Amino acid sequence: MVITRAGLRTFFARRAFLGLLLVSWFPFFVRAVQIYAAANLPQMAVLAPTADTFRQFLEQQRPFVFFVTVYVGAGLIANDRRANALQIYLSKPLTRAEYVFGKLAILMTFLALVTWLPAIVLLIVQISFAGNFTFFRNNVFLFPAITVFAFLQVTMIATAMLALSSLSKSSRYVGILYAAVIFFTQAIYGVLYAVTRSTSLSWISFSANLTQIGDVIFRQPLTYDTPWQVSLLMIVGLTALSGVILERRVRGVEVVA
Amino acid sequence: MAETAPVVTLEGVTVAYGKNRALRDVTSSFSAGAVGLLGPNGAGKSTMIKALLGFIVPERGRMRVLGLDVAAAPLDIRARVGYMPESDAHIPGMNAVSFVAYCGELAGLPRVDAMQRAHEVLFYVGLGEARYRNLETYSTGMKQRIKLAQALVHDPDLLFLDEPTNGMDPKGRDEMLELVRDLAHNKGVNLILSSHLLPDVEYTCDHVVVMDKGAIAAAGPIASLKQPRGRVYELRVKTPSGDLDSFLERLRVAGLDCHATDEDVMRVFVPGEGGAQQLFALAAAERVQVRHLRPSVPTLEDVFAHAVGEQ
Repeated sequence: MVITRAGLRTFFARRAFLGLLLVSWFPFFVRAVQIYAAANLPQMAVLAPTADTFRQFLEQQRPFVFFVTVYVGAGLIANDRRANALQIYLSKPLTRAEYVFGKLAILMTFLALVTWLPAIVLLIVQISFAGNFTFFRNNVFLFPAITVFAFLQVTMIATAMLALSSLSKSSRYVGILYAAVIFFTQAIYGVLYAVTRSTSLSWISFSANLTQIGDVIFRQPLTYDTPWQVSLLMIVGLTALSGVILERRVRGVEVVA
Repeated sequence: MAETAPVVTLEGVTVAYGKNRALRDVTSSFSAGAVGLLGPNGAGKSTMIKALLGFIVPERGRMRVLGLDVAAAPLDIRARVGYMPESDAHIPGMNAVSFVAYCGELAGLPRVDAMQRAHEVLFYVGLGEARYRNLETYSTGMKQRIKLAQALVHDPDLLFLDEPTNGMDPKGRDEMLELVRDLAHNKGVNLILSSHLLPDVEYTCDHVVVMDKGAIAAAGPIASLKQPRGRVYELRVKTPSGDLDSFLERLRVAGLDCHATDEDVMRVFVPGEGGAQQLFALAAAERVQVRHLRPSVPTLEDVFAHAVGEQ
């Protein structure tokens, strides 16, 4: 809790980061205007939100998720490793798990601020502007769907970034590595798709796996041919791998063999 | 004075990094007060401290700190000890007062108390004027002091200081030693000072544990270790050939310890009652001229050299 609180304070004190958070809420305002127009202007009824609107909104937030992840996550452990801070942390009455979860909570909180929170507020905005609960009653699964999808997305991304951050002492290098992992897996899938003309290999791309799981959670037709169970397995596998890396890398003593 | 319980005990502790054994079946205890952990680089001093903090799990053996088992209650121990690491260590992006207060919070202090303690401790270590500066702008000496401050902020029962004067200039080193001495002798803090520098240990500590090659070479109160069990002489000689080796070998065979000093004078430890006469007799037998012979007072350096078998 102490680590998380201090981390949140540190980032909230940075103007550039506050600017990034503000910009990440821009799509929310656009969607809010859309919902308002659909609810109050009969000629705009075509813009009326559906369950897919919320699904699309979370997709649109991905660039901001990427930037927040790199900005906040890259240095979370890398900077501590560079400054030998781990031995300071672990000489206090603090377990390694508490340290990792403290750091994880910082990134997860900020990611939730650009995914879960605006999506939920958007749902509340829809109810407010509509003046009734009809949409909400017809799509009562939306609240748990937004929550579960945002949780899966945020957990996978935050643990992966934290694991990468524990691998290096340079936050710049970690940021580049994260971007490389995201874009490289997407590029490989793109090449394979171009060769095979099949989307069944989409499990190679982490972004595609999230899309596939999102489709299932929001009850939309699947975008790719990959079974959603495989995509879920990839997400869980990446999170578990990140956990193993963190378990090995976060130690009070670094032994160079 | 009543004998107090040891603050740290080790029973048959073995620590290995792969095939390399850093601690070999170490059994020892550290009494309350200021204890120096002395030894050359690579002797296993830092490894011992890290094992006591629970950073390293030993292959064998048991360790107790402040009466608590390290394997069973590492967090309880860490709540009651302060650790000043050897290498440069800080939390990036913080100024001194935020850093020390943060360390206090990590150690379990309420936020307001941690902040108040941070100010007090920073003034105590001499960083009061620089407490709002970012840590990354600090000099080496200041970084050593801030490490001491973060170790002290939660008022620990025991301090582990790992090479506290590392990289400091002579003035800064003296000031740091003065702080450590004050903590031990005026503030009543129990501390274990790991160092390869004999004067540092001799100035600040009452007891010493000498380590060499992962094992305990000598241990006890410095005053009693320095008690002569023979006599120590400063000796300078001239040999007909200019080669000292055969004379030194003769001294060793006769059971005399000798080691070089900074000058061309060697310090010779003569056990038993033989004294100067024994030295003269050995010199005569080797046809060596004794140019300088003066009785000397045993120092911790002699104890150390004797313990680790240094020539």
